[in-house]
Amino acid sequence: MKEELIVSGRNIPGIDPYLNMWHWQIALYLFLGGLAAGVIFFAAYFVVRGKEKEMPAAVKWASIIAPAALVIGLGALFWDLNHKLYFWKLYTTIRFTSPMSWGAWTLMLITPLSMVWVASYMKEMFPKWDWKLGFLNSFEKWVIKNRIPFAWIMMILSIILGVYTGILLSAFNARPLWNTSILGPLFLVSGFSTGLAATMWISRDEHERKVLSRLDLIFIAVELFLIIHLFMGFMAGTAVKLEAFKLFLGGPFTVSFWVFVVLLGLILPGILEILELSGYRVPRWVPAFLILFGGLMFRFVMVEAGQITRFLY
Amino acid sequence: MAIDTNKCVGCADCVVACQTENNVPHGFSRDWIVENVAGTYPNLNMNFRSERCNHCDNAPCVRCCPTGASHIAEGGIVLVTHDDCIGCSACIESCPYDARYVHPDGYVDKCTFCIQRIDKGQNPACVDVCPTHCLHFGDLDNPNSEVSLALKNRKWYVLAPEAGTKPQLYFLT
Ligand code: SF4
Ligand code: SF4
Repeated sequence: MKEELIVSGRNIPGIDPYLNMWHWQIALYLFLGGLAAGVIFFAAYFVVRGKEKEMPAAVKWASIIAPAALVIGLGALFWDLNHKLYFWKLYTTIRFTSPMSWGAWTLMLITPLSMVWVASYMKEMFPKWDWKLGFLNSFEKWVIKNRIPFAWIMMILSIILGVYTGILLSAFNARPLWNTSILGPLFLVSGFSTGLAATMWISRDEHERKVLSRLDLIFIAVELFLIIHLFMGFMAGTAVKLEAFKLFLGGPFTVSFWVFVVLLGLILPGILEILELSGYRVPRWVPAFLILFGGLMFRFVMVEAGQITRFLY
Repeated sequence: MAIDTNKCVGCADCVVACQTENNVPHGFSRDWIVENVAGTYPNLNMNFRSERCNHCDNAPCVRCCPTGASHIAEGGIVLVTHDDCIGCSACIESCPYDARYVHPDGYVDKCTFCIQRIDKGQNPACVDVCPTHCLHFGDLDNPNSEVSLALKNRKWYVLAPEAGTKPQLYFLT
């Protein structure tokens, strides 16, 4: 037997008895970041593929979600800072070893660019729209002329953003549950899937929804595959990884993970999408809602559970 | 720093000394005592150790800090510049020893080895107050310093070396 206890009565808020420094704000921020990344990626992707006409919701309408999600996400992140008045120090330096730093810079770039993206479609979405100011009109013309390179930039930035939401957690070697390189791709894929779901929800066009549905099925399959991979990695891992795994196998996160994330958030919407594609009528908000809900739950579970896993005591 | 786990009696004088010297707010602490019981009854073995920030050589808290507030100062002490810290808690998440906390004023705080005393050539408060003299502080780069000699002549271990942070608290057994 070996037992180690802190006996000097340490009970620091957020640290003892187990770490709980990051709360729902971070989970929400990661979810919205992934969602925005997904929405932006597919908007840009369909533009690059020349399918602007075919996919109006993905390219135009859904892209409104991105800046909104990013701004709310940044608000949540700001809320979680403890030394708020100094937040501008984030932008006085770039630290490449700190995911938090390059994530902050990526957001600094992609948030205004996603607004420009929406703005450049304003006239198509609302024919009566007028920018009133001359220079805005000429800027708009310039953006529209350069749409393809713009879309490429957005695609790259959205991939960085999506991966970053995972790496923010996986960079912490002190938390065994997070410290796996699969988290980056997993969060990217999950983010893209939520982006597709949101777009599907908005789309009014039968054909467009089919295309999105098919794409989403691929992402769901890849996500399931990555989750299996994640747990296989834990099973073959060191003692601390096995401890992390136990949280999901009989531990306190068993139900929230397997039922809410995997079953309701991935498998059920996957089945509904297959049914829809083979001709059954499924209310279109149901699979979309389930995927979004599952994505949010996934971030909550990962943020909470990760902080419990540790090396000592 | 080297901590003699055979001598430590777990009196927590170091904890109190730190709180006084560094004005640590009520309910927080930069150092703490761990009781370690091992064996099977009746062959039990118990010892204590005084723990604090390990001032890691490969400090993850410094690596992940987005503003550079967490840094390694000259001599290897890991410090936080309060006015650069945004309180994002990334460093707290990254520390395998849970050595950091958020000060009620918003910035992140932790053991500084009493840098204000070291600058004056004194020892950290915990070292000077310890009634059993079980804490040894000094320069590990100097082969004749008290700590270097202790590490040379005694057996020791470090905490969670597998976390890869190269911790600089050595526990003598
Ligand atoms: S013990 Fe924690 S706070 Fe101290 S240097 Fe190491 S990682 Fe940083
Ligand atoms: S809480 Fe402060 S010291 Fe810690 S990583 Fe964030 S900015 Fe750096």
